[in-house]
Order: sequence, then C-alpha cells, then structure tokens
Amino acid sequence: MKKIKVNIAATGLNNTDNPGPGVPVIRAIRESELFDPRIIGLAYESLEPAIYMHNIVDKAYQIPYPTEGADALMERIRQISLKDPIDVLIPNFDSELYAFMKSEKVLKEIGIKTFLPSLQHLEERHKANLNDFGKKYDVLVPKSKPILNQNDIEKIRDDFEYPVMVKGKFYDAYLAYNPEQVRMYFNKISAKWGLPIIIQEFIRGTEVNVVALGDGVGNTIGAVPMRKQYITDKGKAWAGITLDDKKMLNLTHKIIHSMKWRGGMELELIRSQKNELHVIEINPRIPAWVYLAVGAGQNLPEALVKLALGMEVKPFETYEIGKMFIRYSYDLITDLYEFEKLSTRGEL
Amino acid sequence: MKLRKNIAISESGFIFDPTSGDSFSLNEVGLEILELLRDDKSAEEITTHFTNQYEIDPVSFEKYFFDFVGMLKYYQLIDEDEED
Repeated sequence: MKKIKVNIAATGLNNTDNPGPGVPVIRAIRESELFDPRIIGLAYESLEPAIYMHNIVDKAYQIPYPTEGADALMERIRQISLKDPIDVLIPNFDSELYAFMKSEKVLKEIGIKTFLPSLQHLEERHKANLNDFGKKYDVLVPKSKPILNQNDIEKIRDDFEYPVMVKGKFYDAYLAYNPEQVRMYFNKISAKWGLPIIIQEFIRGTEVNVVALGDGVGNTIGAVPMRKQYITDKGKAWAGITLDDKKMLNLTHKIIHSMKWRGGMELELIRSQKNELHVIEINPRIPAWVYLAVGAGQNLPEALVKLALGMEVKPFETYEIGKMFIRYSYDLITDLYEFEKLSTRGEL
Repeated sequence: MKLRKNIAISESGFIFDPTSGDSFSLNEVGLEILELLRDDKSAEEITTHFTNQYEIDPVSFEKYFFDFVGMLKYYQLIDEDEED
C-alpha cells in the first residue's frame, strides 16, 4: 500500500526533564503504516532539542510565544505555510491551546487542519472550574478554589484542611502544609504562570493517568491507563507501566461521551484507599508519555491525524497490559552553525 | 480467600498486579502459597499441604501463613469480596 504524503506541524519540541509531547507524537506518526509524513517542527526557544534531531524533525521554524498575541502567532504560521505547506497542526502545550483554538477558522482558511477541543470544553475542565465540572459530569473531584491575591491565603483554613495542593493555571503543583508554604508556592508559581493560583484538596492515594482520544461526537477512539513508576522532582513520569483497570477506562469513556470531547486528553486521577477515582486534572492535549500507548498497541497520534484529515477511524479495542516505558536523556551533538541559523533566520 | 483473577504470577516468583501496576518478588515458599491460593485451596488445605511436605508444625506454619496473607490483603492481591 502506498503511504499518504502529509505535512504535519507540531510544537512541544522541548525534551528536557519537563518534556513536551512533541517528540513522542512525531515518533508515533513516523511509525504510521498509513502516512509518509514531512514533519515541520515549531519551536519557541532556540534550544528545544528536537530542532536539531533531524531524524525527528525535517524542518524547524521558530514561532512567537502565544503571550505576544494570537495574531502574531497566526501571522507567523501563515508565513511558514506559504513556504512550507502544512496539512495538519498539532499543538502540544496547554499554554498555547487557547490561541490555536481561537484561530481554528483562520487556520482552516490557510488549509491547516487541527483536531482540538472546543473553547467551552477547555474552560470547563480548567483546574479553577473543577468543582463545577465534577457536578456537571457526575465525577469525583477534589475541592478546588482559585485565589488571586495573598490575602486569600489566610482564609484557606475556612474551606480546607492542611496539607493542600497549590497549583498553577497551566503547570506546576506543590504540596503545602501551612500558610507560609502556600505563600512561597503562590509567589513561585504566579511569577512563572500568572494568576489565578488554584488551591486544591489533597487526596491521599496513588496517582494514575489515562491518555485518551475523543472523536468529538462522544466516542473514545483509544484510551490507555498508566501508573507512574518513577517520578522526577518536577512530578513528571520517568518510567511507567500500562494497567488493566476497567474503572479507569469506564470513567474515561464516561467523560469523553458526556462532554463529546474532541482531541487528545490526559486524565490525571488519584485512586484513593477506598478505591475511588478522583479526577484531579484533565489536560486538553496528548501527554509526553503517549509513546507508551503506541508501544502498547494504540497509535493515538496517528489516529488524531486521521481524525483531523476527516478520515474514518475505528476505535482501538485492546492494548498490551504491563507494557513499560523508561525515559532516558541523551547528549545530542550539533554545530554552532545550526544554532546560529535558527537564532538568526528563525528556521533550520 | 481468593487471589484476584488478573494477578500475573511467573515461575520465577515475580508477581504483577495489572490494576495497581505494582510488582513483587516472592521466594519459593511464597510462590507455592500463591499457587495454592490460585487453585482455590482453603487455609486448612494449605496448612495440611505444608505440614506434610515440610518439617513444620501447624501452629508455627499458620503464624507465618496468616502474616503473609495479611500482606497480600494489604497490597490488595486478595479479593476481599470473595473471601470465604
């Protein structure tokens, strides 16, 4: 069978101890038996490793941060697509999703397809709105409260028992045992990610995760549950194993079905000692550990590309249980010339 | 008491719980007990098996056996609902 040529742009090319999902997403698409992809890497920083991984990214372009405005970002994407046509764009960062979702029509006009959740769903599942999300979709969630200034820290005792989780609106989460620690994390997180800071009830138990893909009409195309076996000091999975847990899968199907979720998602759950599953976060994109799902038999990034192109996708029915991933770091050697080219011309 | 059905037991004594993702290593005696539990043997039958096979009296065996079972319960390897 002749493979279909497709030009795919992806962000999330950083592969540090807080890795973006770009590299595993690209690896998965490159392993497709259906597609012959040309990969266009979109990078925010000149030292995102995948820019220099020529077996991963065919061509890399620097793009402006979404904080500079969706218009600037879209203008740059338009410039790139004129030179290097893009069929499908896969944004991989939480912080850029809003800009890409808002610009879905603009992207469509220039021939770029995406497969993203709606803005309504992006807001509904936001950490700050988790209480309402739990009520609306009838799922267990920890009590959460957004706070906007330090004066609110003293009032935490009125609603919560210590310890509490202190979370950023996009990333970062710390466990705080007293108001002093909350204040320290409030400053640390707000300096990096802005406000609000979310105070969340701490639920004791084991953290488990699911990577899933919804087709936008209520079907779960694929879902693989995982438990982190080795966690870095940033809370990222450095090793993990696929699980056989019907409860986790049922919960995933329920959420995707009732929300009619469109696109990739990562469910972050706590399994309490009573064996109840509490949804602590829903990340509206494919997570960095997605390659485990690919290894277990569900190539979810390939399925996402098919959905974006309007192709029919049959849901995956199985995956291998007990499949493991272990991440590693690797010293990539490159030349100053390449770094210089990206830094000065914005492309490599 | 019944061992949960989806627990994977290898001949080497390596145990994998696919629900929690936990894995354990057992010695030969532990492995033998788990295999008997998997075959739905009762505590009395397991005690008889061990006292016949090894030089140990029932009281001493049961002390270690129930300690081991407590550990299996703690790690939720035994289906509490199906306990007899």
